[in-house]
Amino acid sequence: MKKKRRDLEEAAIRAFFSACGVLAVLALAGIFLTLLVTAVPAFREIKPAEFLLSKTWDPTSPEKAEYGILSMVMSTLMVTGGAMLLAVPIGIAVAAYLSDVAHWRVREILKPVVEILAGIPSVVIGFLGLVLVGPALAKVFHTGNGLNAVNGSVLLAIMALPTIISISEDSLNAVPRAISEASLALGGSRWQTLLRVKLPAGLSGVIAATMLGMGRAIGETMTVLMATGNARAFPHGLLDSVRTMTSGIAIELGEVPYYTTHYYALFAIGLVLFVITFAVNLVADVVLRRYQEREQ
Amino acid sequence: MKTAARKGLVQALGFLGLRAAMGLVLAVLALFLYDIGRKGGGAISWEFLSQAPRRGMTEGGIFPAIVGTFLVTLITAVLAVPLGMSAAIYLHEYAAPSRLTRLLRLSIRNLSGVPSIVYGLFGVILFVNLMRLGTSILAAGLTLGLMTLPWTITASEEALKTIPLSYREGAMALGATKWQTIRTNVLPYAVPGMLTGTVLGLARAAGETAPILFTGAAFYLPFLPKSLSDQFMALPYHLYIMATQHHAIQQVRPLAYGTALVLIALVLGLNMGAVVLRYRLRRKQR
Repeated sequence: MKKKRRDLEEAAIRAFFSACGVLAVLALAGIFLTLLVTAVPAFREIKPAEFLLSKTWDPTSPEKAEYGILSMVMSTLMVTGGAMLLAVPIGIAVAAYLSDVAHWRVREILKPVVEILAGIPSVVIGFLGLVLVGPALAKVFHTGNGLNAVNGSVLLAIMALPTIISISEDSLNAVPRAISEASLALGGSRWQTLLRVKLPAGLSGVIAATMLGMGRAIGETMTVLMATGNARAFPHGLLDSVRTMTSGIAIELGEVPYYTTHYYALFAIGLVLFVITFAVNLVADVVLRRYQEREQ
Repeated sequence: MKTAARKGLVQALGFLGLRAAMGLVLAVLALFLYDIGRKGGGAISWEFLSQAPRRGMTEGGIFPAIVGTFLVTLITAVLAVPLGMSAAIYLHEYAAPSRLTRLLRLSIRNLSGVPSIVYGLFGVILFVNLMRLGTSILAAGLTLGLMTLPWTITASEEALKTIPLSYREGAMALGATKWQTIRTNVLPYAVPGMLTGTVLGLARAAGETAPILFTGAAFYLPFLPKSLSDQFMALPYHLYIMATQHHAIQQVRPLAYGTALVLIALVLGLNMGAVVLRYRLRRKQR
Protein backbone atom coordinates (compact mmCIF):
# COMPACT_ATOMS: atom_id res chain seq x y z
CA MET A 1 0.00 0.00 0.00
CA LYS A 2 2.69 2.43 1.07
CA LYS A 3 4.92 1.39 -1.81
CA LYS A 4 2.16 1.98 -4.30
CA ARG A 5 1.66 5.51 -3.07
CA ARG A 6 5.36 6.16 -3.28
CA ASP A 7 5.49 4.88 -6.84
CA LEU A 8 2.65 7.19 -7.74
CA GLU A 9 4.45 10.11 -6.17
CA GLU A 10 7.63 9.29 -8.05
CA ALA A 11 5.75 9.11 -11.33
CA ALA A 12 4.05 12.44 -10.66
CA ILE A 13 7.34 14.17 -9.86
CA ARG A 14 8.97 12.68 -12.89
CA ALA A 15 6.07 13.87 -15.03
CA PHE A 16 6.36 17.35 -13.54
CA PHE A 17 10.05 17.72 -14.38
CA SER A 18 9.58 16.24 -17.84
CA ALA A 19 6.77 18.69 -18.48
CA CYS A 20 9.03 21.57 -17.43
CA GLY A 21 11.77 20.38 -19.73
CA VAL A 22 9.43 19.96 -22.65
CA LEU A 23 7.67 23.27 -21.96
CA ALA A 24 10.95 25.17 -21.86
CA VAL A 25 12.06 23.72 -25.16
CA LEU A 26 8.64 24.18 -26.78
CA ALA A 27 8.57 27.83 -25.72
CA LEU A 28 11.98 28.34 -27.22
CA ALA A 29 11.29 26.41 -30.41
CA GLY A 30 8.13 28.50 -30.68
CA ILE A 31 10.29 31.58 -31.23
CA PHE A 32 11.50 30.38 -34.58
CA LEU A 33 8.05 29.29 -35.77
CA THR A 34 6.39 32.50 -34.59
CA LEU A 35 9.00 34.62 -36.35
CA LEU A 36 8.59 32.56 -39.50
CA VAL A 37 4.81 32.83 -39.49
CA THR A 38 4.93 36.59 -38.92
CA ALA A 39 7.65 37.18 -41.51
CA VAL A 40 5.98 35.25 -44.33
CA PRO A 41 3.15 37.75 -45.06
CA ALA A 42 5.82 40.34 -45.89
CA PHE A 43 6.55 38.40 -49.07
CA ARG A 44 3.04 38.78 -50.43
CA GLU A 45 4.17 42.23 -51.57
CA ILE A 46 7.95 42.06 -51.47
CA LYS A 47 9.93 39.90 -53.85
CA PRO A 48 12.42 37.82 -51.81
CA ALA A 49 15.20 38.72 -54.26
CA GLU A 50 14.48 42.43 -53.88
CA PHE A 51 14.35 42.05 -50.09
CA LEU A 52 17.80 40.49 -49.94
CA LEU A 53 19.57 42.30 -52.79
CA SER A 54 18.21 45.83 -53.00
CA LYS A 55 20.11 48.59 -51.22
CA THR A 56 17.08 50.82 -50.76
CA TRP A 57 15.00 50.54 -47.61
CA ASP A 58 12.24 53.13 -47.78
CA PRO A 59 8.97 51.60 -46.53
CA THR A 60 7.27 54.94 -45.90
CA SER A 61 7.88 56.44 -49.36
CA PRO A 62 4.66 57.99 -50.70
CA GLU A 63 5.38 56.91 -54.29
CA LYS A 64 6.80 53.43 -54.07
CA ALA A 65 7.72 51.69 -50.83
CA GLU A 66 11.00 49.80 -51.12
CA TYR A 67 12.18 47.00 -48.88
CA GLY A 68 15.81 46.14 -49.55
CA ILE A 69 17.93 45.12 -46.58
CA LEU A 70 21.34 44.91 -48.28
CA SER A 71 22.53 48.20 -46.77
CA MET A 72 21.61 46.98 -43.30
CA VAL A 73 23.23 43.58 -43.85
CA MET A 74 26.38 45.33 -45.13
CA SER A 75 26.37 47.62 -42.08
CA THR A 76 26.10 44.66 -39.73
CA LEU A 77 28.92 42.82 -41.53
CA MET A 78 31.12 45.91 -41.50
CA VAL A 79 30.68 46.68 -37.81
CA THR A 80 31.05 43.02 -36.84
CA GLY A 81 34.07 42.50 -39.11
CA GLY A 82 35.79 45.56 -37.64
CA ALA A 83 35.02 44.36 -34.14
CA MET A 84 36.53 40.94 -34.82
CA LEU A 85 39.69 42.47 -36.38
CA LEU A 86 40.25 44.25 -33.06
CA ALA A 87 38.91 41.70 -30.58
CA VAL A 88 40.40 38.45 -31.91
CA PRO A 89 44.13 39.35 -31.74
CA ILE A 90 43.74 41.24 -28.45
CA GLY A 91 41.52 38.52 -26.97
CA ILE A 92 43.93 35.73 -27.90
CA ALA A 93 46.89 37.75 -26.59
CA VAL A 94 45.15 38.30 -23.25
CA ALA A 95 44.17 34.62 -23.07
CA ALA A 96 47.80 33.65 -23.76
CA TYR A 97 48.98 36.09 -21.12
CA LEU A 98 46.59 34.65 -18.54
CA SER A 99 47.43 31.02 -19.31
CA ASP A 100 51.18 31.24 -19.97
CA VAL A 101 52.70 34.41 -18.56
CA ALA A 102 50.77 35.57 -15.51
CA HIS A 103 51.51 34.23 -12.06
CA TRP A 104 48.57 32.14 -10.84
CA ARG A 105 47.76 34.65 -8.10
CA VAL A 106 47.63 37.48 -10.63
CA ARG A 107 45.47 35.31 -12.87
CA GLU A 108 42.95 34.61 -10.10
CA ILE A 109 42.54 38.36 -9.62
CA LEU A 110 42.47 39.35 -13.29
CA LYS A 111 39.94 36.78 -14.48
CA PRO A 112 37.01 38.14 -12.46
CA VAL A 113 38.12 41.68 -13.36
CA VAL A 114 37.75 40.84 -17.06
CA GLU A 115 34.34 39.35 -16.24
CA ILE A 116 33.23 42.77 -14.96
CA LEU A 117 33.50 43.96 -18.56
CA ALA A 118 30.97 41.30 -19.56
CA GLY A 119 28.60 42.52 -16.85
CA ILE A 120 28.29 46.10 -18.11
CA PRO A 121 24.87 46.45 -19.79
CA SER A 122 24.93 47.13 -23.53
CA VAL A 123 23.01 50.38 -23.14
CA VAL A 124 25.80 51.69 -20.90
CA ILE A 125 28.43 50.71 -23.47
CA GLY A 126 26.36 52.50 -26.10
CA PHE A 127 26.17 55.56 -23.88
CA LEU A 128 29.94 55.55 -23.43
CA GLY A 129 30.29 55.24 -27.18
CA LEU A 130 28.20 58.36 -27.54
CA VAL A 131 29.93 60.52 -24.92
CA LEU A 132 33.46 59.09 -24.64
CA VAL A 133 34.70 56.78 -27.42
CA GLY A 134 32.93 58.48 -30.34
CA PRO A 135 34.24 61.99 -29.61
CA ALA A 136 37.75 60.58 -29.09
CA LEU A 137 37.63 58.77 -32.45
CA ALA A 138 36.29 61.89 -34.11
CA LYS A 139 39.43 63.73 -33.00
CA VAL A 140 41.72 60.97 -34.26
CA PHE A 141 40.07 60.60 -37.67
CA HIS A 142 38.96 64.24 -38.06
CA THR A 143 35.33 63.35 -38.69
CA GLY A 144 32.23 65.16 -37.49
CA ASN A 145 30.77 63.44 -34.45
CA GLY A 146 32.42 60.03 -34.41
CA LEU A 147 29.11 58.19 -34.68
CA ASN A 148 30.16 55.73 -37.37
CA ALA A 149 31.08 52.11 -38.08
CA VAL A 150 34.53 52.42 -36.44
CA ASN A 151 32.95 53.53 -33.18
CA GLY A 152 30.53 50.59 -33.31
CA SER A 153 33.42 48.21 -34.07
CA VAL A 154 35.50 49.42 -31.12
CA LEU A 155 32.55 49.07 -28.73
CA LEU A 156 31.48 45.67 -30.01
CA ALA A 157 35.09 44.51 -29.79
CA ILE A 158 35.13 45.50 -26.12
CA MET A 159 31.88 43.59 -25.57
CA ALA A 160 33.10 40.49 -27.40
CA LEU A 161 36.44 40.40 -25.54
CA PRO A 162 35.33 38.65 -22.33
CA THR A 163 33.79 35.77 -24.33
CA ILE A 164 36.84 35.40 -26.56
CA ILE A 165 39.30 35.66 -23.65
CA SER A 166 37.57 33.17 -21.37
CA ILE A 167 36.96 30.43 -23.98
CA SER A 168 40.40 30.84 -25.59
CA GLU A 169 42.04 30.63 -22.19
CA ASP A 170 40.14 27.45 -21.38
CA SER A 171 41.27 25.90 -24.64
CA LEU A 172 44.92 26.89 -24.08
CA ASN A 173 44.78 25.41 -20.59
CA ALA A 174 43.27 22.21 -21.97
CA VAL A 175 46.30 21.52 -24.16
CA PRO A 176 47.92 18.47 -22.52
CA ARG A 177 51.01 19.35 -20.52
CA ALA A 178 52.98 16.55 -22.12
CA ILE A 179 52.81 18.30 -25.48
CA SER A 180 54.18 21.63 -24.25
CA GLU A 181 56.75 19.90 -22.03
CA ALA A 182 58.02 17.99 -25.06
CA SER A 183 58.53 21.28 -26.87
CA LEU A 184 60.40 22.77 -23.90
CA ALA A 185 62.55 19.66 -23.56
CA LEU A 186 63.61 19.97 -27.20
CA GLY A 187 64.98 23.43 -26.41
CA GLY A 188 62.03 25.55 -27.44
CA SER A 189 61.52 28.74 -25.47
CA ARG A 190 58.21 29.35 -23.66
CA TRP A 191 57.31 31.85 -26.39
CA GLN A 192 58.04 29.34 -29.17
CA THR A 193 56.07 26.70 -27.30
CA LEU A 194 53.12 29.03 -26.97
CA LEU A 195 53.22 30.17 -30.57
CA ARG A 196 54.02 26.94 -32.40
CA VAL A 197 52.66 24.26 -30.08
CA LYS A 198 49.95 25.46 -27.73
CA LEU A 199 48.11 27.86 -30.03
CA PRO A 200 47.86 25.36 -32.91
CA ALA A 201 46.77 22.65 -30.46
CA GLY A 202 44.10 24.90 -28.96
CA LEU A 203 43.06 26.34 -32.30
CA SER A 204 39.59 24.84 -32.41
CA GLY A 205 38.74 26.41 -29.07
CA VAL A 206 40.03 29.76 -30.25
CA ILE A 207 37.92 29.48 -33.42
CA ALA A 208 34.83 28.61 -31.39
CA ALA A 209 35.50 31.57 -29.10
CA THR A 210 35.75 33.86 -32.12
CA MET A 211 32.48 32.55 -33.54
CA LEU A 212 30.65 33.03 -30.22
CA GLY A 213 32.02 36.57 -29.91
CA MET A 214 30.92 37.22 -33.50
CA GLY A 215 27.42 35.91 -32.81
CA ARG A 216 27.12 38.30 -29.92
CA ALA A 217 28.37 41.23 -32.00
CA ILE A 218 25.97 40.55 -34.88
CA GLY A 219 22.97 40.50 -32.56
CA GLU A 220 23.90 43.44 -30.37
CA THR A 221 21.30 46.19 -30.59
CA MET A 222 21.59 49.05 -28.12
CA THR A 223 25.31 49.70 -28.59
CA VAL A 224 25.11 50.09 -32.36
CA LEU A 225 21.78 51.91 -32.14
CA MET A 226 23.29 54.59 -29.91
CA ALA A 227 26.80 54.83 -31.28
CA THR A 228 26.84 54.38 -35.07
CA GLY A 229 24.66 57.26 -36.31
CA ASN A 230 22.00 55.13 -38.03
CA ALA A 231 22.26 56.64 -41.53
CA ARG A 232 20.15 54.68 -43.99
CA ALA A 233 22.52 54.97 -46.99
CA PHE A 234 24.69 52.10 -48.20
CA PRO A 235 27.99 52.37 -46.29
CA HIS A 236 31.19 52.63 -48.35
CA GLY A 237 33.79 52.86 -45.62
CA LEU A 238 34.32 52.33 -41.93
CA LEU A 239 34.03 56.07 -41.31
CA ASP A 240 30.48 56.12 -42.69
CA SER A 241 27.51 56.21 -40.39
CA VAL A 242 25.70 52.87 -40.52
CA ARG A 243 22.33 51.36 -39.64
CA THR A 244 22.58 47.66 -38.80
CA MET A 245 19.78 45.11 -39.01
CA THR A 246 19.27 45.25 -35.26
CA SER A 247 19.06 49.05 -35.10
CA GLY A 248 16.77 49.05 -38.15
CA ILE A 249 14.27 46.94 -36.23
CA ALA A 250 14.69 48.95 -33.04
CA ILE A 251 14.16 52.30 -34.78
CA GLU A 252 11.10 51.37 -36.82
CA LEU A 253 9.11 48.84 -34.80
CA GLY A 254 7.93 51.53 -32.39
CA GLU A 255 6.35 53.63 -35.13
CA VAL A 256 5.00 51.08 -37.56
CA PRO A 257 1.25 50.29 -37.64
CA TYR A 258 0.54 46.65 -36.77
CA TYR A 259 -0.15 44.10 -39.51
CA THR A 260 1.13 46.17 -42.44
CA THR A 261 3.73 45.00 -44.97
CA HIS A 262 6.25 47.25 -43.23
CA TYR A 263 5.48 45.51 -39.89
CA TYR A 264 5.88 42.06 -41.40
CA ALA A 265 9.07 43.17 -43.17
CA LEU A 266 10.64 44.09 -39.81
CA PHE A 267 9.91 40.58 -38.58
CA ALA A 268 11.50 39.26 -41.78
CA ILE A 269 14.69 41.15 -40.82
CA GLY A 270 14.41 39.54 -37.38
CA LEU A 271 14.14 36.14 -39.02
CA VAL A 272 17.28 36.77 -41.13
CA LEU A 273 19.07 37.86 -37.96
CA PHE A 274 17.89 34.75 -36.10
CA VAL A 275 19.06 32.43 -38.88
CA ILE A 276 22.50 34.10 -39.15
CA THR A 277 23.21 34.08 -35.41
CA PHE A 278 21.85 30.57 -34.99
CA ALA A 279 24.13 29.33 -37.78
CA VAL A 280 27.18 31.09 -36.29
CA ASN A 281 26.45 29.70 -32.82
CA LEU A 282 25.84 26.23 -34.19
CA VAL A 283 29.22 26.16 -35.94
CA ALA A 284 30.89 27.39 -32.74
CA ASP A 285 29.08 24.73 -30.76
CA VAL A 286 30.03 21.89 -33.09
CA VAL A 287 33.70 22.96 -33.16
CA LEU A 288 33.78 23.28 -29.38
CA ARG A 289 32.08 19.93 -28.67
CA ARG A 290 34.18 17.99 -31.12
CA TYR A 291 37.29 19.36 -29.54
CA GLN A 292 36.08 18.70 -25.98
CA GLU A 293 35.17 15.14 -26.86
CA ARG A 294 38.64 14.61 -28.27
CA GLU A 295 40.15 15.84 -25.02
CA GLN A 296 38.22 13.35 -22.94
CA MET B 1 75.14 31.52 -28.46
CA LYS B 2 73.93 34.29 -30.68
CA THR B 3 70.74 32.38 -31.48
CA ALA B 4 70.05 31.73 -27.79
CA ALA B 5 70.27 35.44 -27.05
CA ARG B 6 67.98 36.18 -29.96
CA LYS B 7 65.51 33.57 -28.76
CA GLY B 8 65.46 35.22 -25.35
CA LEU B 9 64.93 38.63 -26.88
CA VAL B 10 62.08 37.41 -29.08
CA GLN B 11 60.43 35.84 -26.05
CA ALA B 12 60.82 38.99 -24.00
CA LEU B 13 59.28 41.07 -26.77
CA GLY B 14 56.48 38.55 -27.29
CA PHE B 15 55.56 38.45 -23.62
CA LEU B 16 55.73 42.22 -23.53
CA GLY B 17 53.13 42.29 -26.31
CA LEU B 18 50.86 39.94 -24.36
CA ARG B 19 51.23 42.07 -21.24
CA ALA B 20 50.40 45.16 -23.29
CA ALA B 21 47.19 43.52 -24.53
CA MET B 22 46.17 42.72 -20.96
CA GLY B 23 47.06 46.27 -19.91
CA LEU B 24 44.96 47.69 -22.74
CA VAL B 25 41.88 45.73 -21.68
CA LEU B 26 42.32 46.76 -18.04
CA ALA B 27 42.84 50.39 -19.08
CA VAL B 28 39.61 50.39 -21.10
CA LEU B 29 37.67 48.91 -18.18
CA ALA B 30 39.20 51.39 -15.75
CA LEU B 31 38.49 54.32 -18.08
CA PHE B 32 34.84 53.26 -18.48
CA LEU B 33 34.23 52.79 -14.77
CA TYR B 34 36.11 55.98 -13.90
CA ASP B 35 34.20 58.11 -16.40
CA ILE B 36 30.79 56.82 -15.25
CA GLY B 37 31.78 56.95 -11.59
CA ARG B 38 33.15 60.49 -11.67
CA LYS B 39 30.47 62.13 -13.80
CA GLY B 40 27.62 59.98 -12.49
CA GLY B 41 28.65 60.39 -8.86
CA GLY B 42 27.92 64.10 -9.04
CA ALA B 43 24.31 63.44 -10.02
CA ILE B 44 23.58 60.97 -7.26
CA SER B 45 21.67 62.30 -4.29
CA TRP B 46 18.83 61.08 -2.12
CA GLU B 47 16.49 63.20 -4.24
CA PHE B 48 17.77 61.58 -7.46
CA LEU B 49 17.08 58.10 -6.10
CA SER B 50 13.74 58.80 -4.43
CA GLN B 51 11.84 61.17 -6.72
CA ALA B 52 10.18 61.11 -10.12
CA PRO B 53 11.54 63.10 -13.08
CA ARG B 54 10.23 66.67 -13.26
CA ARG B 55 9.97 69.47 -15.83
CA GLY B 56 10.10 67.32 -18.94
CA MET B 57 12.73 65.07 -17.34
CA THR B 58 15.29 67.87 -17.01
CA GLU B 59 15.16 67.69 -13.21
CA GLY B 60 14.24 65.29 -10.45
CA GLY B 61 15.15 61.67 -10.10
CA ILE B 62 14.75 58.16 -11.41
CA PHE B 63 12.64 56.50 -8.72
CA PRO B 64 9.92 55.21 -11.11
CA ALA B 65 12.62 53.65 -13.32
CA ILE B 66 14.16 51.85 -10.32
CA VAL B 67 10.73 50.53 -9.28
CA GLY B 68 9.95 49.48 -12.88
CA THR B 69 13.22 47.60 -13.29
CA PHE B 70 12.64 45.88 -9.94
CA LEU B 71 9.11 44.78 -10.86
CA VAL B 72 10.01 43.56 -14.34
CA THR B 73 12.99 41.62 -12.99
CA LEU B 74 10.68 40.02 -10.43
CA ILE B 75 8.41 38.73 -13.23
CA THR B 76 11.49 37.54 -15.10
CA ALA B 77 12.59 35.59 -12.04
CA VAL B 78 9.14 34.07 -11.46
CA LEU B 79 9.15 32.66 -15.00
CA ALA B 80 12.81 31.80 -15.52
CA VAL B 81 13.99 30.49 -12.15
CA PRO B 82 11.58 27.63 -11.30
CA LEU B 83 11.10 26.61 -14.93
CA GLY B 84 14.82 26.80 -15.68
CA MET B 85 15.84 24.79 -12.62
CA SER B 86 13.16 22.16 -13.19
CA ALA B 87 14.07 21.83 -16.85
CA ALA B 88 17.71 21.38 -15.85
CA ILE B 89 16.76 18.69 -13.32
CA TYR B 90 14.81 16.91 -16.03
CA LEU B 91 17.66 17.12 -18.54
CA HIS B 92 20.37 16.03 -16.15
CA GLU B 93 18.65 13.62 -13.76
CA TYR B 94 15.71 12.11 -15.64
CA ALA B 95 16.25 12.30 -19.40
CA ALA B 96 17.88 9.20 -20.84
CA PRO B 97 20.93 10.01 -22.97
CA SER B 98 19.45 9.82 -26.43
CA ARG B 99 19.60 11.65 -29.73
CA LEU B 100 16.55 13.65 -28.65
CA THR B 101 18.16 14.80 -25.39
CA ARG B 102 21.26 15.86 -27.28
CA LEU B 103 19.10 17.82 -29.68
CA LEU B 104 17.29 19.49 -26.77
CA ARG B 105 20.62 20.53 -25.20
CA LEU B 106 21.95 21.77 -28.51
CA SER B 107 18.90 23.96 -29.12
CA ILE B 108 18.98 25.36 -25.59
CA ARG B 109 22.67 26.27 -25.91
CA ASN B 110 22.10 27.93 -29.25
CA LEU B 111 19.03 29.81 -28.09
CA SER B 112 21.15 31.52 -25.46
CA GLY B 113 22.94 33.17 -28.40
CA VAL B 114 19.81 34.48 -30.11
CA PRO B 115 19.91 38.30 -30.19
CA SER B 116 17.89 40.02 -27.48
CA ILE B 117 15.98 42.11 -30.02
CA VAL B 118 14.69 38.89 -31.60
CA TYR B 119 13.24 37.97 -28.19
CA GLY B 120 11.68 41.44 -28.22
CA LEU B 121 10.01 40.70 -31.57
CA PHE B 122 8.75 37.40 -30.23
CA GLY B 123 7.39 39.13 -27.13
CA VAL B 124 5.46 41.59 -29.30
CA ILE B 125 3.73 38.78 -31.20
CA LEU B 126 3.14 36.33 -28.37
CA PHE B 127 2.60 38.35 -25.20
CA VAL B 128 1.53 41.80 -26.42
CA ASN B 129 -0.72 40.69 -29.29
CA LEU B 130 -1.70 37.02 -29.11
CA MET B 131 -2.11 36.80 -25.33
CA ARG B 132 -3.56 40.34 -25.26
CA LEU B 133 -1.35 41.46 -22.40
CA GLY B 134 -0.71 44.76 -24.19
CA THR B 135 2.49 46.69 -23.56
CA SER B 136 2.87 46.00 -19.85
CA ILE B 137 5.15 44.92 -17.04
CA LEU B 138 3.84 41.40 -17.47
CA ALA B 139 4.56 41.24 -21.21
CA ALA B 140 8.05 42.73 -20.80
CA GLY B 141 8.85 40.49 -17.81
CA LEU B 142 7.74 37.34 -19.63
CA THR B 143 9.80 38.35 -22.69
CA LEU B 144 12.89 38.82 -20.52
CA GLY B 145 12.03 35.57 -18.71
CA LEU B 146 12.10 33.62 -21.96
CA MET B 147 15.41 35.23 -22.87
CA THR B 148 16.86 34.28 -19.48
CA LEU B 149 15.55 30.70 -19.60
CA PRO B 150 18.38 29.19 -21.71
CA TRP B 151 20.96 30.80 -19.39
CA THR B 152 19.32 29.48 -16.22
CA ILE B 153 18.91 25.99 -17.69
CA THR B 154 22.55 25.84 -18.79
CA ALA B 155 23.88 27.25 -15.51
CA SER B 156 21.71 24.91 -13.41
CA GLU B 157 22.77 21.90 -15.44
CA GLU B 158 26.42 22.86 -15.00
CA ALA B 159 25.82 22.94 -11.24
CA LEU B 160 24.17 19.50 -11.31
CA LYS B 161 27.10 18.13 -13.32
CA THR B 162 29.51 18.94 -10.50
CA ILE B 163 27.74 16.58 -8.06
CA PRO B 164 29.62 13.26 -8.07
CA LEU B 165 27.72 10.20 -9.25
CA SER B 166 28.65 8.44 -6.01
CA TYR B 167 26.32 10.76 -4.04
CA ARG B 168 23.42 9.47 -6.10
CA GLU B 169 24.54 5.86 -6.00
CA GLY B 170 24.90 6.04 -2.22
CA ALA B 171 21.28 7.02 -1.77
CA MET B 172 20.06 4.58 -4.41
CA ALA B 173 21.92 1.72 -2.75
CA LEU B 174 20.07 2.43 0.50
CA GLY B 175 16.79 2.00 -1.34
CA ALA B 176 15.89 5.63 -1.90
CA THR B 177 13.68 6.41 -4.87
CA LYS B 178 14.83 8.69 -7.67
CA TRP B 179 13.16 11.77 -6.19
CA GLN B 180 14.35 11.01 -2.66
CA THR B 181 17.87 10.73 -4.04
CA ILE B 182 17.63 14.04 -5.85
CA ARG B 183 16.02 15.80 -2.91
CA THR B 184 18.41 14.63 -0.22
CA ASN B 185 21.68 13.93 -1.99
CA VAL B 186 21.79 16.09 -5.11
CA LEU B 187 19.85 19.33 -4.69
CA PRO B 188 21.33 20.45 -1.35
CA TYR B 189 24.78 20.45 -2.93
CA ALA B 190 23.73 21.77 -6.34
CA VAL B 191 21.48 24.62 -5.24
CA PRO B 192 24.28 27.14 -4.43
CA GLY B 193 25.67 26.78 -7.96
CA MET B 194 22.20 26.85 -9.49
CA LEU B 195 21.31 30.03 -7.60
CA THR B 196 24.53 31.76 -8.58
CA GLY B 197 24.01 31.04 -12.26
CA THR B 198 20.41 32.14 -12.00
CA VAL B 199 21.18 35.44 -10.31
CA LEU B 200 23.86 36.15 -12.94
CA GLY B 201 21.20 35.59 -15.62
CA LEU B 202 18.77 37.88 -13.83
CA ALA B 203 21.42 40.59 -13.56
CA ARG B 204 21.93 40.43 -17.31
CA ALA B 205 18.17 40.57 -17.88
CA ALA B 206 17.82 43.61 -15.60
CA GLY B 207 20.28 45.53 -17.76
CA GLU B 208 18.69 44.59 -21.09
CA THR B 209 16.93 47.21 -23.17
CA ALA B 210 16.11 45.74 -26.58
CA PRO B 211 13.52 43.15 -25.40
CA ILE B 212 11.50 45.74 -23.46
CA LEU B 213 11.58 48.49 -26.11
CA PHE B 214 8.27 47.39 -27.60
CA THR B 215 6.79 45.20 -24.89
CA GLY B 216 6.08 47.71 -22.15
CA ALA B 217 8.81 50.25 -21.34
CA ALA B 218 7.50 53.82 -21.37
CA PHE B 219 9.26 57.08 -22.20
CA TYR B 220 7.83 58.90 -19.20
CA LEU B 221 5.09 58.12 -16.67
CA PRO B 222 4.01 60.59 -14.01
CA PHE B 223 2.80 57.78 -11.71
CA LEU B 224 4.18 54.53 -10.46
CA PRO B 225 2.57 51.48 -12.11
CA LYS B 226 -0.51 50.34 -10.19
CA SER B 227 -0.77 46.83 -11.60
CA LEU B 228 1.22 44.41 -13.69
CA SER B 229 -0.77 45.34 -16.79
CA ASP B 230 0.49 48.94 -16.69
CA GLN B 231 3.40 50.28 -18.68
CA PHE B 232 6.53 51.09 -16.72
CA MET B 233 9.75 53.10 -16.74
CA ALA B 234 12.96 51.08 -16.62
CA LEU B 235 16.56 52.08 -15.86
CA PRO B 236 18.16 50.86 -19.11
CA TYR B 237 15.41 52.34 -21.28
CA HIS B 238 15.53 55.58 -19.29
CA LEU B 239 19.26 55.82 -19.98
CA TYR B 240 18.65 55.26 -23.70
CA ILE B 241 16.02 58.02 -23.71
CA MET B 242 18.14 60.46 -21.74
CA ALA B 243 21.17 59.78 -23.93
CA THR B 244 19.61 59.93 -27.39
CA GLN B 245 15.94 60.92 -27.46
CA HIS B 246 15.63 63.84 -25.07
CA HIS B 247 14.93 67.33 -26.46
CA ALA B 248 17.67 68.93 -24.36
CA ILE B 249 20.38 66.29 -24.55
CA GLN B 250 23.34 68.37 -23.35
CA GLN B 251 21.35 69.74 -20.40
CA VAL B 252 20.33 66.29 -19.13
CA ARG B 253 23.72 64.66 -19.65
CA PRO B 254 24.50 64.65 -15.88
CA LEU B 255 21.19 62.86 -15.25
CA ALA B 256 22.06 60.32 -17.95
CA TYR B 257 25.44 59.72 -16.27
CA GLY B 258 23.69 59.31 -12.92
CA THR B 259 21.28 56.77 -14.43
CA ALA B 260 24.19 54.87 -15.98
CA LEU B 261 25.96 54.73 -12.60
CA VAL B 262 22.87 53.42 -10.80
CA LEU B 263 22.32 50.80 -13.54
CA ILE B 264 25.94 49.61 -13.44
CA ALA B 265 25.89 49.52 -9.63
CA LEU B 266 22.69 47.46 -9.70
CA VAL B 267 23.93 44.92 -12.26
CA LEU B 268 27.44 44.55 -10.86
CA GLY B 269 25.97 44.48 -7.34
CA LEU B 270 23.72 41.56 -8.32
CA ASN B 271 26.74 39.82 -9.88
CA MET B 272 28.75 40.23 -6.71
CA GLY B 273 25.77 39.19 -4.61
CA ALA B 274 25.59 35.95 -6.57
CA VAL B 275 29.24 35.17 -5.88
CA VAL B 276 28.91 35.98 -2.17
CA LEU B 277 25.74 33.87 -1.97
CA ARG B 278 27.55 30.87 -3.40
CA TYR B 279 30.44 31.32 -1.00
CA ARG B 280 28.10 31.59 2.00
CA LEU B 281 25.97 28.58 1.09
CA ARG B 282 29.04 26.49 0.38
CA ARG B 283 30.51 27.29 3.76
CA LYS B 284 27.30 26.44 5.57
CA GLN B 285 27.39 22.95 4.11
CA ARG B 286 30.71 22.11 5.63
